[in-house]
Amino acid sequence: MNHTEGNKQDRKQLAKSLTGIHGFDEITNGGLPQGRPTLVCGSAGSGKTLFAMEFLVRGATDYNEPGVFVSFEETEEELKTNVSSLGFDLEDLVARNKLFMDYVSTEPGEVEQAGEFDLDGLFIRLGDAIDTVGAKRVVLDTLEALFAGLPNPIILRAEIGRLFRYLKSKGVTVVATAEQGAGSLTRHGLEEYVSDCVVQLDNRVTEQTAIRRLRVVKYRGSRHGTNEYPFLVEQNGISVLPITSMGLDYEASPERIPSGLPRLDTMLGGGFYRGSSILAAGTAGTGKTSLAAHFAAAACGRGERCLYFAFEESKWQIMRNMRSIGIELAPWEQQGLLRFHNVRPSVYVLEMHLVMMHKQIKEFKPEVVVIDPISNLLSIGRPPEVKSVLTRLIDLMKMDGITAFFTSLLAAARLEETEVGISSLMDTWIMLRDMETNGERNRGLYVLKSRGMAHSNQVREFLMTGNGMELLDIYTGPEGAKTGALRAAQEAKERAQALDREQEKQRMQRELARERQTLEAKILLLRSEFEAREDSLERAIAEAQSRADVLAMERLEIARLRKADEPDPPTPKP
Amino acid sequence: MCDPDDYFILRLYVAGQTAKAIAAFDNLKTICEAELKGRYEIEVIDLLENPKLAREDQIVALPTLVRKLPAPLRKVIGDLSDVERVLIGLQLLPRSKAETFRSPI
Repeated sequence: MNHTEGNKQDRKQLAKSLTGIHGFDEITNGGLPQGRPTLVCGSAGSGKTLFAMEFLVRGATDYNEPGVFVSFEETEEELKTNVSSLGFDLEDLVARNKLFMDYVSTEPGEVEQAGEFDLDGLFIRLGDAIDTVGAKRVVLDTLEALFAGLPNPIILRAEIGRLFRYLKSKGVTVVATAEQGAGSLTRHGLEEYVSDCVVQLDNRVTEQTAIRRLRVVKYRGSRHGTNEYPFLVEQNGISVLPITSMGLDYEASPERIPSGLPRLDTMLGGGFYRGSSILAAGTAGTGKTSLAAHFAAAACGRGERCLYFAFEESKWQIMRNMRSIGIELAPWEQQGLLRFHNVRPSVYVLEMHLVMMHKQIKEFKPEVVVIDPISNLLSIGRPPEVKSVLTRLIDLMKMDGITAFFTSLLAAARLEETEVGISSLMDTWIMLRDMETNGERNRGLYVLKSRGMAHSNQVREFLMTGNGMELLDIYTGPEGAKTGALRAAQEAKERAQALDREQEKQRMQRELARERQTLEAKILLLRSEFEAREDSLERAIAEAQSRADVLAMERLEIARLRKADEPDPPTPKP
Repeated sequence: MCDPDDYFILRLYVAGQTAKAIAAFDNLKTICEAELKGRYEIEVIDLLENPKLAREDQIVALPTLVRKLPAPLRKVIGDLSDVERVLIGLQLLPRSKAETFRSPI
């Protein structure tokens, strides 16, 4: 097994052993120092034993590194029962020679000291255990119990120092747990011997809710995150949230993804940017969840995965309500494209929510995340904390190119004003609001901001129909913007006016046609009268001509008969 | 305090022939000869030869002297150079006569 996998830049510095603990390997750039001891300290109940046990179990199951668990406080049976709740089957690991468990009993007051002693008995037991399973990992939980069970702290200190040197010589990676002392990391100064890596666990209670935190106090020869990281103990082990400040070096995708409402996409000039964060804010009952459901359903429809964090309603309630407006979410859930995670905000403190959400996101690997509503989360933390958590959450999703859709409930009096300035974290901000006029309440939607895209400045009215949300044209005529019944009335009025104008036009067209018809009839009549007259006149002209010819002929004949001077014969008319 | 008729079965756990192991055996022999002559037996167990026994008998420090009999089981650790402590450990001397060990915790 290659321990330095995914850790190439650190290879020169130090070989590391992956713990397999969710998130921990990220903050330590690859796990614990290999072949060296690590001190895990913390107060009672801070999760030291669980951390140590998970280190061994993951080693045995995921990295083929068998381990030895030396317990000074709990018996094998107690341990097996305690960690079975985390899904660790120690019984099985022991049976397969992947894990060796040794309970070292050191009951106080049982032993009398008479002269010098050493801890060779413990060394022999350890050596035998390591050899039996070929262990690469060893846990000592909690070594300090020796101080209670054995006399002479001076000898014990010397022997513990020798023990760590012995374990180093064996080449095993060691996790030693230690109880936290007042004002010091450990009660008996174990940090003196284990100086390569020190991890501190903490379980603080604030406002009746416990927060577990983890901090890498020191890590010799390695870069590591120095902050306190919240962690959860869950059904399948420990989960550390590795993010605190991710920086702003994520890529920005130019790809657009549909919002689920084509007309909203048009308003945004083609949809949301992939990997952006979107806030749909509005007062109660303005359709925030419906908008979120449209977005989720559209994502699933493209074959993408959507993770839906619901902080107010159960998934059944959401699915039922959305069905009423024609959005079917259940099939997507059955196909595994949609996953709901419902939890009341008060169950955890804010940071724990972040850990939980981080874990869910890492597991489900969604393209799209819906958080409905974010305002419920905001109420459980102080503003600076809220901002920091939200920043981390958004950075986390941006790093993975996840498009995040937040809804936020706003008080009517504080529209366009968000607590802790969430707005600066959001790329697109859609406002949903109701517009009360003339005794009506209508829903309106507008894009308050949208980074990096030209977007519509219109307030659009929308309706909840059986086919989901429907954006309408808002009436923006000469009489100003109108919504609801007013808009309908105005539209009806305009329709009537238009109808009138149309009828008038048609009437005039008909009149024109009629006039043309009349005129043409007259022209026809005149023409036929004229033709008749022309005909008779021409006939008269022809008659007159033929009569003149006859007269000329007759005059010539008479002259010839009278034998009168022969005049020049008249030229006959042609 | 203790019944003089009791027979003592003692086990001394060591790891090889170390100086402490040899000293412990010598000291034990001397004490037993002085206090328990004729009613004791000593079994020396070398854990290097049988490491599993360390786990079975819950041995951590070495050398360890275990009083198997008479019951109850008692343990004394060290090279047994402090005779008074050995006697207290074996309950041959009442605890009140000596200052008892107190854990610093």
